[in-house]
Amino acid sequence: MTLNEVKPGGSVKIVRINGAGAVKRRIMDMGLTKGTEVAVRKIAPLGDPIELTVRGYELSIRKDEAAAIEVV
Amino acid sequence: MATKIALAGNPNCGKTTLFNDLTGSDQYVGNWPGVTVEKKDGLLSGRKDVVIQDLPGIYSLSPYSLEEVVARNYLVSEKPDAILNIVDGSNLERNLYLTTQLLELGLPMVVAVNMVDVMRRNGDTLDIARLEKALGCPVIEISALKGEGTKEAALLAIGEVAKKRMSERPHVFTGSVEHALAHIEESLHGKVENATSRWAAIKVFERDTKAVEMLKVPTDIVAHVEEHIKDCEKEMDDDAESIITTQRYAYIQKIVGETFKKSPRKASLTLSDKIDKVVTHRILALPIFILSLCVMWWLAVADGGPGTILTDWANDGFLGGEGWHLPFTTHECTADGAYKGMEFEDAQDEFAKQDASKSKWEEAYLEKVNEGKPDGEKVEKMPEKIDEAIAKTIVAKGVFVEDEETGEPKTKECDCEKCTKKREAGEDCEGCGCGCGEPEMWDVDYAAYQKAAEYEEPDPSQFGVWVPGIGALISSAMEKMGVNETVASLVNDGAWGGVATVLGFVPVICVVFLFLAFLEDCGYMARVAFIMDRLFRKFGLSGKSFIPMIVGKGCGVPAVMAARTIESERDRRMTIILATFIPCGAKTVIIAMFAAIFFRDMWYVAPLMDVVGIAIIVLGGIALKKSKAFSGEAAPFVMELPAYHMPTFGGIFRHTWNRVKAYMLKAGMIIFPACVFLWFIMHFDWGFNLLADEEIEKSMLHDMGSWIAWLFAPLGFGTWQGAAASVSAEIAKEQATATLGLVAANMDGASTAAHVSNLFASMSDFPKLAALSFMLFNLFVPPCMVAIAVTFREMGSKAWGWFAVGFQLLVGYMLALSAYQLGMLFAGGGFGIWTAIAIVVDLWCLWMVVRPAKCKM
Repeated sequence: MTLNEVKPGGSVKIVRINGAGAVKRRIMDMGLTKGTEVAVRKIAPLGDPIELTVRGYELSIRKDEAAAIEVV
Repeated sequence: MATKIALAGNPNCGKTTLFNDLTGSDQYVGNWPGVTVEKKDGLLSGRKDVVIQDLPGIYSLSPYSLEEVVARNYLVSEKPDAILNIVDGSNLERNLYLTTQLLELGLPMVVAVNMVDVMRRNGDTLDIARLEKALGCPVIEISALKGEGTKEAALLAIGEVAKKRMSERPHVFTGSVEHALAHIEESLHGKVENATSRWAAIKVFERDTKAVEMLKVPTDIVAHVEEHIKDCEKEMDDDAESIITTQRYAYIQKIVGETFKKSPRKASLTLSDKIDKVVTHRILALPIFILSLCVMWWLAVADGGPGTILTDWANDGFLGGEGWHLPFTTHECTADGAYKGMEFEDAQDEFAKQDASKSKWEEAYLEKVNEGKPDGEKVEKMPEKIDEAIAKTIVAKGVFVEDEETGEPKTKECDCEKCTKKREAGEDCEGCGCGCGEPEMWDVDYAAYQKAAEYEEPDPSQFGVWVPGIGALISSAMEKMGVNETVASLVNDGAWGGVATVLGFVPVICVVFLFLAFLEDCGYMARVAFIMDRLFRKFGLSGKSFIPMIVGKGCGVPAVMAARTIESERDRRMTIILATFIPCGAKTVIIAMFAAIFFRDMWYVAPLMDVVGIAIIVLGGIALKKSKAFSGEAAPFVMELPAYHMPTFGGIFRHTWNRVKAYMLKAGMIIFPACVFLWFIMHFDWGFNLLADEEIEKSMLHDMGSWIAWLFAPLGFGTWQGAAASVSAEIAKEQATATLGLVAANMDGASTAAHVSNLFASMSDFPKLAALSFMLFNLFVPPCMVAIAVTFREMGSKAWGWFAVGFQLLVGYMLALSAYQLGMLFAGGGFGIWTAIAIVVDLWCLWMVVRPAKCKM
């Protein structure tokens, strides 16, 4: 499963982050690393991006970017 | 040499608050060379020998974002004497991630854990001694907001500088990674500075080419260690860069677990959560966003809002105009005379009417007297003694006062009870049978003339406490000193006019930025991007681009500056280029004039201009996104949504003041000379003689207009008048209408409207099309001088400034060209070479929009 498929309110653990370069580095810099617990809080009114809780703070990422994050 | 202490930390960790607390008011904002990232310097209060430098707020020292590259280049090559790293105590894990990277740079460093007051209130505890040991540098608790421990933190950093010897840095990485790093560090020995060898080793491991180049790591070493890196990657099943990031966070997680004790909380929602539930609600989010835009619109640029009132006061009263009445002191005229019992505005209207009666009658009288006389003997001025016999036969017919905006005669407003009520209710009373809405014209006979001649301009001081404007004060002072007329005009209209143009924008910029600073500081701005991102991404803009565009409806200058809130360099540039296509307040004056003169029966022309502006933004965004300049990998939209909090007044004011100051200093440098130059060529001939407004045909502008008129020929207004009006519109867009009025003054017709109408008839066989083309050109070419200057400043480089101006010129020209040429084709003007060019150009534009993108968006 990837992070963009998680329903709001769901809590998951990151297994792997695909992709490379700036986007991947940015995602990881913000604390989304292997083994991290992530909760999906909500989806923006127009359907994208999504809001996450990670390492105790709120982070927003696009569904495209979330699709590169494999979770269980 | 002063000791330099660099403040580094995440965005939103209280860095700016700490900076302000440490430096007091003793600071200045500068730009980093070549880039638009702000850097602030300030002296530590009470210490002339310590400079505090505020770095941009960053999450990491990665090579991908501009701010981060700027910050790390500064830290590595400029080498501040110490780093003061601010860490948000309520968000330790993510904040300490940057800390681990900063530690590797090998500079003396102190970590200041901020917001301890909040931590204590929540009952959380942090084991400082243990954290110090884990990080290998001094750690201190502070509260930047309350000024608690801030000075101590700075002194601690100064103390670290004096120590010379650095304490042992922690070993963040484990197993084979640490092993590989140690190996790389060893091979780098003697090749890079000792202090930075750890950092260099990590950069080589991460294959960070930018850093490796900057550190001048020999390529043979990079090639030599590549095998070790590959082994590591294989073992960990990940790329080197990700391995480093993952291990950093793992280390931090461990030390935070050991040192930080979070008190158990009740599961209730915090205030921030409650606010967020409402403002990003599925259904409520958009209405709330639109409401907040309406509030800003009203504050800044709506008729009757504070921004407009202040701007009008600045331009027409305080700076440029004759003067202004102190509020709450105005009253009806009490002095005896013609105006007794009238309000000031009514008195002015009355005077305008009488003045029109007077001059029209005089015109008619002179015409009669001069009848049949040869040219040389004609009387040009009214004689002292009027010939009663002739005068009694003179009646000037159809006298009227011109409406300032449209150039048409003013319309009647009767004062019958029914109409007054309707008007008060904001309804139109046209066609009510009393003659409302019809042009107000009257005849003047000798008796009426004699009465009119007695009217003098109303004295404003009889209507309230009158404060003369600065411009008026300067001119009266020069008059008293007997300064030569040319010099007086140069000083007052040229120089002071230029300064007033610059300052006239200050009120609206202040209002917009007070509001934006509030939205930014309270945390809502990030949510705006969150809500609008989806929509704007479609045409290459960011969710935050919406705000500059709304501000742009009122004025392009604050609009361009408002784009600052957009973090991504590319989105910001694109927004700056596109925001001014929305017709601003000044351009509305052009639209009003042309709609009234040429498009009376086409009500849709005026609103159509807004639609055209929006279409340009959407299509231009799509086309630009596909262009080379904006191509490349899309900026990731990975954004922190900070907790909401009430901003402090001081913070907001400082924020606003810094931006206003930057505008006045930097933009003013360009605007002022440009305004003076344009004014100069409009009012002087080649012999440097001062010309009256009506003598514009003798001016340098006339000749320069003739030189470039050919450029406008394909657009249908290729005469010096068309060129001169378009050039002068760069001072301020509404100047186009004023200049048109001046250059058309000797055309046939009784009113300015008729003059302008005839002017366009003389330019083209299709005057309506030429007028439409002129209007489109002036609306959609680069905005006024002031907005261009601000664009250059905000773009951060001349090349980008020229790119923006070039793009806007191209759009304006092509729009006018296609409107005129294709319009002619349909109107039966035949098919010419320019028609073909216009069609080719349009097809090319279409291609730019619909062509497939070369690279992945």
